[in-house]
Amino acid sequence: MIRIISMRLFQAILVMIAVTAVAFIMFRFVGDPVATMVREGASQAEKDALRATLGLDKPILMQFVEFAGRVLGGDLGTSFRYQQPVAELLMSRLPATLELVLVATVMSLALGIPLGVLCALKPTGIMSRIIQSATLVGISMPTFVTGLLLILIFAVNLRWLPSSGRGELVNLGGWQTGFLTISGLKAMILPSVTLALFQLTLIMRLVRSEMIDVLSSDYIRFAFARGLPRSYIYGRLALRNTLMPVVTVTGLQIGQLIAFAIVTETVFQWPGMGLLFTNAVGYPDIPVLAAYLLFVGFLFVMINMVVDILYTFIDPRLRTK
Amino acid sequence: MKKYLKTMLAGLALVVPMTLPSMAQTLRWSSAGDVISYDPNAQVDSFTQSVHHMVFDPLVRRNKDLALEPALATSWEVIAPNRWRFKLRQGVKFHEGQSFNADDVVATIQRQIDPGARNRENLSAVIGVEKVDEYTVDLILSGPYPLLLNDLAAIYMMSKPWMEEHNALKPGNTSTGVTTYANNHANGTGPFKLVSYEPDSRSVFAVNEEWWDKPQHNLKSVEFRPIASDATRVAALLSGELDMIAPVPLQDIDRVSNTAGFKVVENPSLRVIFLGFNWRPELHATPGKPNPLLDVKVRQALWHAVDLATIQKRLMRGKSRTTGMLVAPPVTGYDEGIDAPLPYDIAKAKALLAEAGYPDGFKVGLACSNDRYIADEQICLAIASMWAKIGVQADVGVESKTTYFPRMDKGELDIYMLGWASLPPMDGYSVLQALLATNDGTFGGSNSNGLSIPKIDELTRLASTELDQNKRVGLLKEAFTIAHDQALYLPLHQQPVAWAMSDKVDMPQFPDEYVRPWFAHMK
Repeated sequence: MIRIISMRLFQAILVMIAVTAVAFIMFRFVGDPVATMVREGASQAEKDALRATLGLDKPILMQFVEFAGRVLGGDLGTSFRYQQPVAELLMSRLPATLELVLVATVMSLALGIPLGVLCALKPTGIMSRIIQSATLVGISMPTFVTGLLLILIFAVNLRWLPSSGRGELVNLGGWQTGFLTISGLKAMILPSVTLALFQLTLIMRLVRSEMIDVLSSDYIRFAFARGLPRSYIYGRLALRNTLMPVVTVTGLQIGQLIAFAIVTETVFQWPGMGLLFTNAVGYPDIPVLAAYLLFVGFLFVMINMVVDILYTFIDPRLRTK
Repeated sequence: MKKYLKTMLAGLALVVPMTLPSMAQTLRWSSAGDVISYDPNAQVDSFTQSVHHMVFDPLVRRNKDLALEPALATSWEVIAPNRWRFKLRQGVKFHEGQSFNADDVVATIQRQIDPGARNRENLSAVIGVEKVDEYTVDLILSGPYPLLLNDLAAIYMMSKPWMEEHNALKPGNTSTGVTTYANNHANGTGPFKLVSYEPDSRSVFAVNEEWWDKPQHNLKSVEFRPIASDATRVAALLSGELDMIAPVPLQDIDRVSNTAGFKVVENPSLRVIFLGFNWRPELHATPGKPNPLLDVKVRQALWHAVDLATIQKRLMRGKSRTTGMLVAPPVTGYDEGIDAPLPYDIAKAKALLAEAGYPDGFKVGLACSNDRYIADEQICLAIASMWAKIGVQADVGVESKTTYFPRMDKGELDIYMLGWASLPPMDGYSVLQALLATNDGTFGGSNSNGLSIPKIDELTRLASTELDQNKRVGLLKEAFTIAHDQALYLPLHQQPVAWAMSDKVDMPQFPDEYVRPWFAHMK
């Protein structure tokens, strides 16, 4: 067991090194921040001096080694744009992203599971056909289109909800939350619906197909034969078995949402990590880009590692080899 | 299920009361980028500096006509070529109550010229500062320098006791990562006080009731919210969450101006868009062959072949101003006589090419950014097809500004697009110094492709120390005449600046694109 876990850890480290290297090489292609950073009319000497202070004049391999060394030491560098340590910057944006992801996930589960069950119980009913085709739109429409449509309807035409930002925030020991003010809650509705739409569709379809599968299995038929109440069969026996894969997928999806709320955050000017990242691309704020990619890499490596290790606990067949 | 849905919808309606009526005389405006830092010395971002001006006052400032006028300094005299004496305004108070005096100016200038200041070069001529008495200060220069007042208009006065209290006497710097208390806080003498600053979300300002000057606005407070997405920014304006956006994206101008209750204000800005040339012996597009661009006739032919009127009418929707000069009319050194684009004339262009020995044209690279200037990519494509008519095959290369400008700086491009606003000095010397003079480390910082004309270098050096304004302007004009006659660059137009605002807002627009809420009126 320990051998398997240490194997996994070793692989995770290899992946992280690869991510670091790829992240770093990519910066050769996002350009040189010096042109964005100097004032109009700067002399060549001024530009060179700036390039030297940023460490961009050194050979690329040297830069990489220095970068990797700093990361190992826990120093993610300093943002070119905000002149703050990147780790601090990421932490200050994390609450916004986490709150958005939390609301979106709860929303997609709370709607996705009942809708999926409904569609499974009456697969040919009109209601489930409507739901099915409606969610098809949800899954095939790009996030930014959904976001802009929602803004157009609810902010511009109806004027019910704000089009962007987080509203008023309350500071709870360093955690800026939008849950405690009316404007904060209102600001959360449109972005979280936008973000939840894809996941909702996914969960709904997963629940539906799993449920149809389970409903045709032998033990459900026996349960019907025994004359057990329908609500008990659907609610307890069938749904429970359906939910196993949903839990796995939701877990993985949360990682996905944290890492890739970028589009939603940009459309709604939601000051989370995704917006930080898009702004960094245009600058280009290389330390922020690198740290963000590392963070996302780390997140996925961790999630996958935990899942892998859990599987070996659950499934004895994976342990023998 | 239906029942649930109904209850949910009802619940939603409860959570969503109608939007609050907008508070009277609060100007809520938005731009694409945010203020990078409230430390005046930590960045060189012109947008950031424009927002700083709400909170801070310089010694001299730009008035409504963009002419220089006294602000925190009431008068000044040149007592030696390298020593300027400034009399300071008395009775001025900082937002947190400190009195403004010579110590503050000394501390601010020292912070500005500290080698660690990110914008040290914005006051490069000054090497020292001395207090004469409580309200008199001397600035020591490295030599005679005519543009000191222009530079000082962008140097914001900070409070010495405040900096001492918060350990911020040394400047912050975005490139070295030095952060001080002044990064997130500001204490100036300006028309508005900074109340709060949340990066990428909002900055809130309240009016400074004790401002030393008579307010020409009727605002109680100002709220600035950066919104990066163009579509969202427009939506926020139309939904009534904002009173003004600057800039409004070009494609939304018609939509906004056709919506009742909103207007779009458009004027040519200071930013002149032009094409630069490769001055090396060979073109990157055709290695091994002599560079045709070195012949003035070829450059003039290219100029004659660009249909500037069509670009102005079609691509810029009639809102740009076609120009034949590298500076806009409000900039010192501008001259109507020089501002004459070569007329669109295909036959003439062909004849010039033939005279130069290229009757069938030649191959050349044409590079543009696609996210820096208005319609930059489309302009490039249009010019390539215009040049095709005289046989010049332009290989258009379009890329993002983050990779485009580094390549331009390294001289890897043949013909390239560049914009120049001559800011902050608003003086033609900026063009001489950075674009026309030979790149030798000090001069020609943005002339990276080998342009070198000895006569222009001489004029630049003379203009850099000439204190007599008339003589100096004469030198600038002489250089601009050479640039025009030799077609050193190919000027296209001044691009427009477009703001959209609610009808309630009356805000003058300035060609330097600064938003100056201290001239705003709201109904």
